[in-house]
Amino acid sequence: MLKNRIIPCLDVKNGRVVKGINFVDLKDAGDPVEQAKIYSDSGADEICFLDITASNENRDTIYDVVEKTSKNCFVPLTVGGGVRSVEDINKLLNCGADKVSINTAAVQNSKVVEESSKKFGSQCIVVAIDAKKNRESWEIFTHGGRNSTGINAIEFANKMEKCGAGELLVTSMDKDGTQSGYDIELMTTISSNVNIPVIASGGVGTLDHLAEGIKSGASAVLAASIFHYGTYSIAEVKQYLASIDIPVRI
Amino acid sequence: MKITIVDYNSGNTSSVINSFKEVAKDKVNIEVTSDLSKIKSSDKVVLPGQGSFKSCVDALNNISGLIDTLSEFVINNKKPLLGICVGLQMFADIGYEETETKGLGWISGKVSKIDNQNGKYKLPHIGWNQINIVKDSKLFKDIENNSHMYFVHSYEFIPDDKNIISATTDYSSNIVCSVEKENIFGTQFHPEKSDKIGLKIIDNFINI
Repeated sequence: MLKNRIIPCLDVKNGRVVKGINFVDLKDAGDPVEQAKIYSDSGADEICFLDITASNENRDTIYDVVEKTSKNCFVPLTVGGGVRSVEDINKLLNCGADKVSINTAAVQNSKVVEESSKKFGSQCIVVAIDAKKNRESWEIFTHGGRNSTGINAIEFANKMEKCGAGELLVTSMDKDGTQSGYDIELMTTISSNVNIPVIASGGVGTLDHLAEGIKSGASAVLAASIFHYGTYSIAEVKQYLASIDIPVRI
Repeated sequence: MKITIVDYNSGNTSSVINSFKEVAKDKVNIEVTSDLSKIKSSDKVVLPGQGSFKSCVDALNNISGLIDTLSEFVINNKKPLLGICVGLQMFADIGYEETETKGLGWISGKVSKIDNQNGKYKLPHIGWNQINIVKDSKLFKDIENNSHMYFVHSYEFIPDDKNIISATTDYSSNIVCSVEKENIFGTQFHPEKSDKIGLKIIDNFINI
């Protein structure tokens, strides 16, 4: 039976993890390479790096981080943030990323998704959708949630599936950072409208939130803060989900 | 011992290379190349594959003499080869992704899209699924039945001879996820991304 995936996400800026972490025995709390290895050793099903590097000059550091991480980490590694072109995707894959997540570029030019999924295969193309509730529907935002687009999130999800995206990483901007749970309605609606896997993101604060995310129809749940701050370990999350009969890999 | 990972522009192979280097350490010489003479002189060959069946077959054909060299290695010289993902699928006679495409024909059978039962099952089949080992295979030495492996695919290999199937996985139906025919080995899942247990499979291949 296919298991639901638990994906810790690390925010990486200029080659360092931004948020502080309470890991014991960690020599350098800001080293993404070391943290990815700890997550992987403790049972993470995938690792996600979000590059939030501010300046273009420091972009190259993410390639270096991905390369070092992939040499020590034998679960899939997804990298997102600042990916603009097919060439950017190619570079990340060559450094050892298994999947690349595209956000702004996918909205601005869907050909990036079409071309890259043809060239490298759908399995490595994840489209990240940042959505905000707007009356009865959801609108997508770009540039890390700063720019509104007027584009309907469900229609965009359908379009991305047709363009060849292998997965959708759906983040609720209303919920992100609130620790009040995923936007379940958003997850259910998108998940039931596409035939590709959905990764739920934004708002996890408790173990029940993760369970709700999976019950919403998402194939995987992504979380940052609860793992960053050591509220729960990956093992605790998995034991809890297994105890309420949600299939996970243990 | 020398193991060659075939580099034929089949998409991202860095994870395959990393995992083999991790397992091999200094015991085994791992080379990543499409150089025909180097492939010929190898003890074992790994054939990775990402993207579509057609794009991988086209990429093999784009390197003059590569398919003949691989066939000679496998069929005439009976040396061990491991195909991963589309690398396994290409063993078949024919594949139906994008368009009908002729495969290597090493193991008779076809590659078809997984039946998603009218949307009941999402495709690609992405994530960790358990393997049901149905036959003793050198690849599965010290691997427990029902171990989890990492999958990413939408197409499945359907061999004519069911006796060559060494493991299946349950997704919509029993999908063939590992084959062994004499010296030819293949996994639909990605051992290079399947944590320690995946590395053990790579170790088993190296030790065949």
